[in-house]
Amino acid sequence: MPRSKNWSVLAGFAAGLTVMTALSGSAFADTTTLSFLVPSGEENVARAQSLVKAFEAANPDIKIDIDTRPGGAEGDNLIKTRLATGEMSDVFQYNSGSLFQAINPQQNLVDLSGEPWQADVQDIFKKVVTAPDGTLRGAPIGTGMGGGIYYNKKIYSDLGLQVPKTWAEFMANNAKIKAAGKIPVIQTFKDTWTSQLFVLGDFFNVNVAEPDFATKFTANQAKFATSPAAMKGFEHQADVFKAGYLNEDFGAATYDDGLRKLATGEGAHYPMLTFAIGAIKTTYPEHIDDVGFFAMPGDDAAKNGLTVWMPDGLYISGSSEHIDAAKTFAAFVASPAGCEAQTAALGATGPYMVKGCSLPKDVPGAVADLLPYFGENGAASPALEFVSPVKGPSLEQITVEVGSGIRSPADGAALYDEDVKKQAQQLGLPGW
Amino acid sequence: MTLATAAAAGRPSVPRRSVPTPYPTWFFLPAAVIYGVLFLFPTLASLFFSMTRWTLFNWTFIGFGNFIQFFKEPFLVGGLINTLIYAALTSGLKVVLGLLFGVLLTSEIWARDYLRSVVFFPVLVSTVGVGITFTVLMHPTEGLINESLALIGVRGPGWLTDPRLALISVALVDVWKGVGLATVIYIAGIVSIPRDYYEAARIDGANAMQRFWNITLPLARPATVTVVLLSLIGGLRSFDLIWSMTRGGPGFTSDVIASVIYKQYQAGFYGLSTAGNVVLFVLVALIIVPLSIFLNSRDVSR
Repeated sequence: MPRSKNWSVLAGFAAGLTVMTALSGSAFADTTTLSFLVPSGEENVARAQSLVKAFEAANPDIKIDIDTRPGGAEGDNLIKTRLATGEMSDVFQYNSGSLFQAINPQQNLVDLSGEPWQADVQDIFKKVVTAPDGTLRGAPIGTGMGGGIYYNKKIYSDLGLQVPKTWAEFMANNAKIKAAGKIPVIQTFKDTWTSQLFVLGDFFNVNVAEPDFATKFTANQAKFATSPAAMKGFEHQADVFKAGYLNEDFGAATYDDGLRKLATGEGAHYPMLTFAIGAIKTTYPEHIDDVGFFAMPGDDAAKNGLTVWMPDGLYISGSSEHIDAAKTFAAFVASPAGCEAQTAALGATGPYMVKGCSLPKDVPGAVADLLPYFGENGAASPALEFVSPVKGPSLEQITVEVGSGIRSPADGAALYDEDVKKQAQQLGLPGW
Repeated sequence: MTLATAAAAGRPSVPRRSVPTPYPTWFFLPAAVIYGVLFLFPTLASLFFSMTRWTLFNWTFIGFGNFIQFFKEPFLVGGLINTLIYAALTSGLKVVLGLLFGVLLTSEIWARDYLRSVVFFPVLVSTVGVGITFTVLMHPTEGLINESLALIGVRGPGWLTDPRLALISVALVDVWKGVGLATVIYIAGIVSIPRDYYEAARIDGANAMQRFWNITLPLARPATVTVVLLSLIGGLRSFDLIWSMTRGGPGFTSDVIASVIYKQYQAGFYGLSTAGNVVLFVLVALIIVPLSIFLNSRDVSR
């Protein structure tokens, strides 16, 4: 059975790591060695290596070994298992927001509320690493992201199109793009997680229409299926399919295919999180300036704004034997020097959550489009998963069905409401 | 476990005389410890955890709540039907094709040994490897299958992306991969039929078709029982091929019970997924035990 197989692999993996840590610990008796677990993927590893290099140069008595773990649901499982068995690395990078709440931060993570650097961390980030008892358990690693729509600037200038602020404008653009023989909207349902942007990225617009949606949603009082504003995301997902605006191979295309189609101008729009800028920059450097970004269009042009994703948190495991050294590392990551090390590795991908961090002047076009939303007069709201711990695990399958015409938007929204119930019960929230 | 059942199924039981054994019962102890630690304890633990809401960090006892939730799971009914379709389809095709190949490859044909290994070869390849390869071949626009069809002017369907076809496409790949094993079992079964019957039938004037229906098919029955049981159990708990090809998609349209359970596990609903495994265990037992008894009783009484 798949389940027991996974367990033994995990157990073996965990045991192997224990042996490794034990060996390396004795080899460097006078220096402290920390283990640092990051998600696999080029961006994460490059960032971690750059941070560790800069940190070790400044702190010669602390050495850091980087381990990687798979991302996605597989990674969630690994994190939970290692925390539960007390085999977690000293420091690790993991999502903030609802996934952070699911790893029982109060019990498993070291309290970082009293650290001096917390004064420089932006409040918007502090909220998403706050345990239920009100203590802060994480430091920001990486940059803030937006969830919206990438567009190909060449197609836009060739066809004389304007960046749309409303859904009607967006669909009008799509009609012109289709008439010009290009793919209006790229969808990549082989990687199911990429299908969620129309729904998740629309939360700014939901929040404008119903400011208390998140609170009520957490308390089991508001539902996607019965809130006209929240339903919009599912409807938009179905609209682009019904209008025939998707690439022909939308069911079999992958995330990488999507980036290729967007960067090379095969397709005009790709709904995605802005972290994809890093991948476009490394894979299609010659096309990086052809790619722009705008927030999910809503109903009212005057009230258009961006749904924002917070960066991951850096956490210290409660079972760590080197908590002081780990705290020194966390302080470095949440400092301007830490931001610089990250920029050195990846370039500018978005705004940092630490005051005093700056970005280079020369940023990719899509990042330049992103930054104003985060600025003083910007219109931005955190995604639902950062303001409510409730996030259903099956959204990506549901949006694939809605986006392939298998299920109606109303049905999809109702199904998602059922799906979140399990998560809420698992977290033991009141009212479910 | 499945192999043991299958092996026992193929053979009528021989009555044994009770001979006093020279070995003490203590010799069972090592095996009993391994069985207890690796099978009995996890089974009992899973029965317990299937009745809890379990986050790995702590658990709350909720009685049969998980089972109720599991049966309310909107994808479960679809998954259950898909599982039965998948098991019946793969099992049926493996029996029919396995028998045909078995007959063909026991007859005097050219390059027989080579063809036998060709038929068996897919069994040796890793399932996930097969899944990934066929996913590439079945790509709706760039896959080899549809590009070949386009050459003769046929517009191929989205094998894995059309919700009506996805499950059947995966089942066909499963048959391609598994038919070799069924063939080998049939070859063994057919070879063990005494040649005298065929000679007698030929003297009586029976043609090839009659010999097949009246000699090969009934006397290869133990092989059929084995193939049916093995492929049905395999089909009911099939997971790896479906997961590597469609992940239950598009949406939930090719979800089977095992993939529904795995998704619950991935989402961190450990109690719920354990309950799902208990349900799967019961389901497989409910189908296989009566079937095995039925098939074997017919076998003995003949």
